[in-house]
Amino acid sequence: MADQKTLAEPGGDAPYRRLMRPMEGRLLGGVAQGLAAQLKLDPVVIRLMFVLLSVVEGVGVVAYAVLWMISPREPYEGRPPARDWSQLAAFSAIGVALLAFGWLTGASKGGIGVLPFAVGGIGALILWQQADPERRKGWVSGATTSIRKNRARTLLGVALVVGGAAGFLVIEGRLAEAGQGLLFTAVVVGGLAVIAAPWLAGLWKELQLERRERIRQEERAEVAAMIHDSVLHTLTIIQRVAHDPREVSRLARAQERDLRNWLYQPAQDADATLAAAVRRIAAEEEDAHGVAIEVVCVGDVELDAEGRLAAMLKASRQAMVNAAKYSGSPSISVYAEVEGEEATIFVKDRGKGFDLDAVPADRMGIRESIVGRMERHGGTARVRTEPGEGTEVMLTMKVAKE
Amino acid sequence: MNVIRVLIVDDHRLFRSGVRAELGDSIQVVGEAEDVETAVRAISELQPDVVLLDVHMPGGGGQEVLRRVLGSGSQVRFLALSVSDAAEDVIGVIRGGARGYVTKNISGRELTDAIRRVAEGDAVFSPRLAGFVLDAFASSEAPSIDPELDSLTQREREVLRLIARGYAYKEIAKELFISVKTVETHVSSVLRKLQLSNRHELSRWATARRLV
Repeated sequence: MADQKTLAEPGGDAPYRRLMRPMEGRLLGGVAQGLAAQLKLDPVVIRLMFVLLSVVEGVGVVAYAVLWMISPREPYEGRPPARDWSQLAAFSAIGVALLAFGWLTGASKGGIGVLPFAVGGIGALILWQQADPERRKGWVSGATTSIRKNRARTLLGVALVVGGAAGFLVIEGRLAEAGQGLLFTAVVVGGLAVIAAPWLAGLWKELQLERRERIRQEERAEVAAMIHDSVLHTLTIIQRVAHDPREVSRLARAQERDLRNWLYQPAQDADATLAAAVRRIAAEEEDAHGVAIEVVCVGDVELDAEGRLAAMLKASRQAMVNAAKYSGSPSISVYAEVEGEEATIFVKDRGKGFDLDAVPADRMGIRESIVGRMERHGGTARVRTEPGEGTEVMLTMKVAKE
Repeated sequence: MNVIRVLIVDDHRLFRSGVRAELGDSIQVVGEAEDVETAVRAISELQPDVVLLDVHMPGGGGQEVLRRVLGSGSQVRFLALSVSDAAEDVIGVIRGGARGYVTKNISGRELTDAIRRVAEGDAVFSPRLAGFVLDAFASSEAPSIDPELDSLTQREREVLRLIARGYAYKEIAKELFISVKTVETHVSSVLRKLQLSNRHELSRWATARRLV
């Protein structure tokens, strides 16, 4: 039904265009197709409407015939395209089923009683279609599959109704008086259920779509906010301190780290595991002292309740501070490893180093903040250094095996 | 010392000119390429000793260049260079055939060293790559198909650990009382395992671990 699009579009440009019967995509005379374009509805709805009205004393048939006569055929060049007989058969089947149902229940004789049902059905059909633009698109592209699906649903509805009617006939003897009312209730409820199901499904789908779109927009807003608060901000500051290369590189590094964490790092609680805590401490000291600290972590372990690893982390922070402040090294390597029952942290610089024996023992917090702290918690600390050779602090601590 | 002929493949012009300016006299930049197509063509035309390869590029990235060039039987050596430290990228490009991986914040002198090492057929591991390898080979206790390829020797582990701690090859040699050449041999052997090991956990591990 590719023509539907081409029909709908000129319809928008010229609001008073005449009802025409297109050749392409027609099933019978193209009346439903033309009417659908005129009313901006789906032809399937119009067709079902005609079928439904035909059951009610043949109104649909008459209306169709009249419309066929008064509306001109749309100009079409070339051989007239073949009709889709399978679709026509489907609609005929629906009509026959409805007729049979009317005959079985005797409803068709009381025309007035059925009319509201027919009108309600048509209304529901239009509603269904209007509520579901997605499905409409689907119809345009894959008309046949949709019809097939629709046919299955219609057949189900018809079977339901016929079954109900048969049951009614069986017990008619006893419930003759209440029968009519009961039947109509069953029919209307069953029919509405069949009709409303796709409509509700459409609504649900649309809701989901909206939700997805909202989430996407929120994400975009978050990215924009993130870029604005961090990257743009940092770039502005960098321009203002351009004369100070140390500060520029400190800012750039801090920003880089932030961005990396945001891009690659899963949201991690820095107070939960050793690796996360080491990374955070390194980041903080890097910021404070403007010296690059490269962190490599292998394995990980949860921080213990007794505070042994917390003590080790404090010692490692002190080692990083020393390296950043005194070594003169442009970068510091931190390596944290958890293997088996042992956690190890190495803090290494390539700075000037010092003579360990010549340093007053209380200077640089080595004795107290590093060695003493580790030993009090059952760990060990070793410092390797020589003038001109850089310094490496090694911290080890036993951990409970997971 | 021979002059090493290098091709720089990166989609950022600024970065290419920065690298060009930083490299020492022992290295001659013979060309530049900015995407997969131009890189593949330039490599076959210029036959450089070493290709400095950016991991993220339009048209499939560094891995695509590796696949096409090494797939055609070329013996060109690649050193991967990236801003990304994601395990996926690092492991991916090494398994794709690069002989080393360094991050873009590397100093000019270190980069010159790394290029020389790759040109001589050795491997270049950054501390972070060493950490990834240790983690990847330590993490699983799944039965391995090929024990020789699927696990590291004690010595290789020691060497990697020292690299991760920030030691230079010379320092490692001193620390372990071995020659620099032996250190290089160990690293090359790890590289080979990394590239040839069938352990599918390796790739899965890298994907699962999206850490910097």
